[in-house]
Amino acid sequence: MKLRVFVTLKAGVLDPQGEAVRHALGALGFEGVNGVRQGKMIELDLAETDADKARAQAHDMCEKLLANPVIESYHIEQA
Amino acid sequence: MKAAVITFPGSNCDRDLAVAFEGVGAQVTRVWHKDTELPAGTDIVGIPGGFSFGDYLRCGAIAARSPIARAITGFAADGGHVLGICNGFQVLVEMGLLPGALLRNANLKYICKPVALRVDADNSGFTAGYGAGAQITVPIAHHDGNYTADPETLARLKGDGRVAFTYLDNPNGSAADIAGILSENRRVLGMMPHPERAFSPVHGGTDGRAMFEGLIGAFAPA
Repeated sequence: MKLRVFVTLKAGVLDPQGEAVRHALGALGFEGVNGVRQGKMIELDLAETDADKARAQAHDMCEKLLANPVIESYHIEQA
Repeated sequence: MKAAVITFPGSNCDRDLAVAFEGVGAQVTRVWHKDTELPAGTDIVGIPGGFSFGDYLRCGAIAARSPIARAITGFAADGGHVLGICNGFQVLVEMGLLPGALLRNANLKYICKPVALRVDADNSGFTAGYGAGAQITVPIAHHDGNYTADPETLARLKGDGRVAFTYLDNPNGSAADIAGILSENRRVLGMMPHPERAFSPVHGGTDGRAMFEGLIGAFAPA
């Protein structure tokens, strides 16, 4: 089963990369970009075929490695 | 003093750190990340700078889950001293031995230059060689040294005197100008600046040397 994990900085954690992208968009003439937050997407190909079990596995992976709960939040989607 | 210096794939300050420990008379053992135990009788573990595992995922994240990291967690829990410099600091926060996290520098640039620091904590083995309030100059070389923590954690670090070093002219956006912090028992230090690169006159400065000399004093037989 394939899952996608989206890891993003928590609200309130400054994202200097997102800010730089926002400035660059402004420089290109895109108006009204109030904010840009950058994150990462991790695609998992799991042997597990049960959707709930696969999701639970991915959740455990996020807690232990894929996300840093001090600064990041995550959500999991079925690919 | 028996020091164990860890090497991960991508570490590049491991030799410099070993040379600094040896320079003050420590007996140094080099330890590979796949090792599962520290040498018997280790007094202090050094986690060096570099780019462990290519900074993949997050700086220090993969090193923090390596076999030797489990041994270091146990060593710290038993009251052992751990010094994490630069990438070593990133590894320590990823291991959870120190609070907070290190984000991309606020100006998004890799910064490599000598910086002025104030020594804020004098009651630790790491800072014993400096007087409280001492000003020193030590190089930094990092892309992700922007320290962050929630306001409660920052207040606790300050209130408990666990901020070991602060930048006089904040180069990277770190909260509260923090350059290095101590654990609750003051035996784990993480810092972005490189004291091992300001050790010998050929480095252009020797302000880092007192850290290693202070540590030797902490382990001197009573």
